[in-house]
Amino acid sequence: MITLDRRPETSHIWLYATPLLAVFLTVLCGAILFAFLGFDPADALHAYFILPLADQYGLGELTVKATPLAMIAVGLALGFRANVWNIGAEGQLTLGAIFGGGLALAFYGQEGPLLLPAMLIGGMVGGALWAAIPAFLRTRFNANEILVSLMLTYVAGLLLSYLVTGPWKDPMGFGFPQTRLFGEGAILPILLDGTRMHIGFPLALVAVAAAWFIVSRSLFGFQIKVVGLTPPAAGYAGFSGRRIIWATLMIGGALAGLAGAIEVSGPIGQLTPSISPGYGFTAIIVAFLGRLHPVGILLAALLMALSYIGGETAQIELGLPVAVTGVFQGMLLFFLLASDVLVHFRVRFRLRGAGRAA
Amino acid sequence: MQSDASSTPPAPPSAIRGAQATPRLRLRDVTKHFPGCLANDRVSLDLQPGEIHALLGENGAGKSTLVKILYGVQSADSGTIEWEGRPVDIPNPGTARALGIGMVFQHFSLFETLSVADNVALALGSGTGRDASLIQEISRLSEEYGLALDPGRIVHELSVGERQRVEIVRCLMQNPSLIVMDEPTSVLTPHEVTRLFSVLRRLRDEGRTILYISHKLQEIRDLCDRATILRGGKVVASCDPRVETPKSLAALMIGRSFDGPKSDKPVSTGAGVPLLEVHGLSQEAASPFGTSLKNVSLHVRAGEVLGIAGVAGNGQNTLLAALSGESVSPRDDWIKFEGKSIGRVGARGRRDMGITFVPEERLGHGSVPDLSLDENALLSGWRRWGLVRRGLISRGKAREKAETVIEAFNVVSAGSSAAARSLSGGNLQKFIIGREILQEPKLLIAAQPTWGVDAGSAAAIQTALMELARSGAGVIVVSQDLDELFMISDRVAVIFDGHLSESRPTHATTAEEVGLLMGGLFEAAS
Amino acid sequence: MDMLILSSVAVSIMAASTPLLFAAMGELVAEKSGVLNLGVEGMMLAGAVLAFIVGLETGSGILAIAAGAAMGALMAALFAVLTLGLLANQVATGLALTLFGIGLSALLGQSYVGTPIPPLPKLSVGGLSDIPLLGPVVFGQDALVYLSFAMTAGVAYFLYRTRAGLVLRSVGENPHAAHSIGFPVIAIRLAAVLFGGAMAGIGGAYMSLSYTPMWAEGMIAGRGWIALALVVFATWRPARILLGAYLFGGLTIAQLHMQGSGQIEIPAQFLNMVPYLATIVVLVLISRDATRIRLNAPASIGKVFHPDG
Repeated sequence: MITLDRRPETSHIWLYATPLLAVFLTVLCGAILFAFLGFDPADALHAYFILPLADQYGLGELTVKATPLAMIAVGLALGFRANVWNIGAEGQLTLGAIFGGGLALAFYGQEGPLLLPAMLIGGMVGGALWAAIPAFLRTRFNANEILVSLMLTYVAGLLLSYLVTGPWKDPMGFGFPQTRLFGEGAILPILLDGTRMHIGFPLALVAVAAAWFIVSRSLFGFQIKVVGLTPPAAGYAGFSGRRIIWATLMIGGALAGLAGAIEVSGPIGQLTPSISPGYGFTAIIVAFLGRLHPVGILLAALLMALSYIGGETAQIELGLPVAVTGVFQGMLLFFLLASDVLVHFRVRFRLRGAGRAA
Repeated sequence: MQSDASSTPPAPPSAIRGAQATPRLRLRDVTKHFPGCLANDRVSLDLQPGEIHALLGENGAGKSTLVKILYGVQSADSGTIEWEGRPVDIPNPGTARALGIGMVFQHFSLFETLSVADNVALALGSGTGRDASLIQEISRLSEEYGLALDPGRIVHELSVGERQRVEIVRCLMQNPSLIVMDEPTSVLTPHEVTRLFSVLRRLRDEGRTILYISHKLQEIRDLCDRATILRGGKVVASCDPRVETPKSLAALMIGRSFDGPKSDKPVSTGAGVPLLEVHGLSQEAASPFGTSLKNVSLHVRAGEVLGIAGVAGNGQNTLLAALSGESVSPRDDWIKFEGKSIGRVGARGRRDMGITFVPEERLGHGSVPDLSLDENALLSGWRRWGLVRRGLISRGKAREKAETVIEAFNVVSAGSSAAARSLSGGNLQKFIIGREILQEPKLLIAAQPTWGVDAGSAAAIQTALMELARSGAGVIVVSQDLDELFMISDRVAVIFDGHLSESRPTHATTAEEVGLLMGGLFEAAS
Repeated sequence: MDMLILSSVAVSIMAASTPLLFAAMGELVAEKSGVLNLGVEGMMLAGAVLAFIVGLETGSGILAIAAGAAMGALMAALFAVLTLGLLANQVATGLALTLFGIGLSALLGQSYVGTPIPPLPKLSVGGLSDIPLLGPVVFGQDALVYLSFAMTAGVAYFLYRTRAGLVLRSVGENPHAAHSIGFPVIAIRLAAVLFGGAMAGIGGAYMSLSYTPMWAEGMIAGRGWIALALVVFATWRPARILLGAYLFGGLTIAQLHMQGSGQIEIPAQFLNMVPYLATIVVLVLISRDATRIRLNAPASIGKVFHPDG
């Protein structure tokens, strides 16, 4: 029989080893899955994980995809540490895109140097406003933020769909549900010629650094930790749980909104009904895979970005279904959660009832 | 509690008969390891029919583990169990019950939102609380033993004493020949204890065996026919408690002679400046199962210890939350500190004014189990010790403070980076008390400061509290332990059902009087 | 409104409510045992896709429904291994299950998107089904609608009238006490979670076999999450889940009719928001009273159980 004995202290070795173990197991299962789908596992894995990184353009794409993931995930992780489960980042991203994109459309043809910063700030405001709804309903009415933030994601998607098929539809767009392309001055500058790497990536790095500072050095970070681990102890210390709920949701919402504004003013350049391939949900996986730690999250975001690009590459090269990416991501999170047991428990194997009175 | 140590009561005839018979239960060399500790080390024990057998030991001596093995909740690593002379294997509680072993748990294992009858039905092998025959049987048994119960009531509406009756009736429904009682009196008023003892004696006279687990010496001398003493997981002695003195039993239990806290009892002159004044405080409980406060008044002066006695669940938690500021009062002027109204000031503001606080729950309220002692020092000390500047934590200073506490209060730990979870109860409690005292409070409020703590640590904690008062601070101690309150406090008040009695000077009152108040008989006691 | 329209409205409300009823009732049983499984959406999607595939390939409605239930239970088993066996955080694992279900169902169903399938057969009882209004509503539904009612009654009876139901509730209330009495806490929770998964799977199967009937990526469209909200709305009581599911079904149909009638100048997207916004409103109304939630919610919900505490 296998028994689990709680460790007196969490194991630091396993804390860092388990994400690697989870990645390894996912790749292993991925190979089996590819074989099952009738592809040569070696080819498929190569197309998935190696091919995308072979050239400069691929590396640029990696940063393009990692930018929203890292940005959203560091914000979510602050909340998750405090047991505030904002899972509506996708909706907050959408609102950020609407706010940022709305500014781009409003000032179409008269872009100035302040427009881009205003769009990014507008995106943050939009995301934060959307996240303020679950924050208010949770602190004032005790309504579960998981369900509220998630419902708002559907609402945000419908709102965007209304805008791009209705009032903001491109008059010259042959009836396609999308806005006109933003003007030159509303597009983020490219950092590296020949790639799509844009100025959002350094912004994501700044977000990661700021989150690291909060988590490791500030009283605010300590409060988040205590509220998340032991709410009664937080009350005892005089830390306000409500304030933490508000703060983490607003930060998470603002970062998701910023990511949304960056997406539409960067790689996309207009508003369409589908501006994100589920970044807001994948960021949840990124946050856990990165152990809710900003540096870990950055690495996890790059890995997840690779899974997006790899999925596309594998589709083009081998005709692998693109849905494999979602399965991969889900599997990775499962394996991580499963191997978490090693961090907190010692696993022991022994024969059942051995040595017992008989 | 009426028995006199000098006159040995005659042993009941059944116990003498039993001594020659096959033991009802015999344990031989039962051993149980946990990671990092040997909970039971070759424990052997005989229980005879018709005896009340005490299992005596400090917290951590291995009593609870042994009981869990007996009841099939945990399995022994090695050793044998014989029941009525036959070797048996007890892999689960169902087997234990089938043999005839019944259990009354220390922490009530009742289901709050279910009815009394449902609770009983769950412990029996079949049926639900809707069965008429079951309801009848509960009523019959509770009448027969004088344990008044309404089978239809929902458990969360019941008092602590009533809940214990549910446990006992539940146990008796299975007509057990061995009843295990784990610290049954810790939550009862003296009057309820007397009634419980008469039920237990009656059960013994019916020929049943009772294994009575306790660390209360007087109680064991009053009730038990034999005592087995556990220390550090081993059986260290077996004796007839009726011929022992409390002192000799204590020596066996603790393993060295032991004098209790060093006390020059601080005789407060009653002339210190008034620190805290509470006037007509009424406050809703934070949880739906809690007790609300009704018109509570109290005051504490600098240099004195105010004890607040009471059976658990009578509003202590609401009072403590109201005093610490974890739930603010409806009105600002219901609580005053040094003349200033603070009813609506939160925990942080009150700490800034010089009120520190030791919660009842040390792991999970007074400390964060998964964080280091450094960070736990930060938890309550960051304001008064100045560990945070412009929103940034000074880790070095926090470590320094944690190390100071560890040294000053002899906290046994693997250093200040050890997680709070890894400390023993007594050492964690010393750390928390030390942390609050070294913040140099004007007023310290401590809840159950020595609950579940080994005797050595308890004495150190009690001494520290008295010294703090002598140095000029006010101290409030909320405790269920009357001996403790009489030892360390200048005045005692009693909380019952959300009401707080007038306080009385400790030297001018008696345990009996306080006991009446704990039972809610405010008129009878005055 | 004439009888014909009225009865068609009633029938479509039942159709919209049935998947919610299945999923929410299954989740109720899991939560009553103390397990919060946020993976309902994922289990419904997985159930929907497999039921569709089996239904299309075999042409058998019964096999298709069984496949949906089995798939939901399989997903739930995955959740159970992680949360009950390996003591993983239930919130995180439930989210993972939903994300996994979205990906898995898209992968399995990619070659079936848009393929039509004949809907589950409706009951037809001679002349009875032709009675105006009452006929189609009472005697003209498919098997799953009747099953959903039977299951609701069954769950209510099980939870409050049987010993097994009492044991299940006791495990959700206080797993440590239940363990010390000798109940196999983990096994009971496993059974409850598997039941929840099977019900979610059937709810998904109903969507792809009867409601639409076809397979499209993400076709559950948040119904799994609405089912979770319904459990809170119902304060963990079976009869109120029935009420809540029909309330939401009614709302969905009402907004569809408003869109269809073309008499009101509201863009379709705003009408489509109604069920989601209604969920939020309902959650707020119920949750506002924290005490009521505390008294009704299973006390151990969402907490990992380890015998040593």
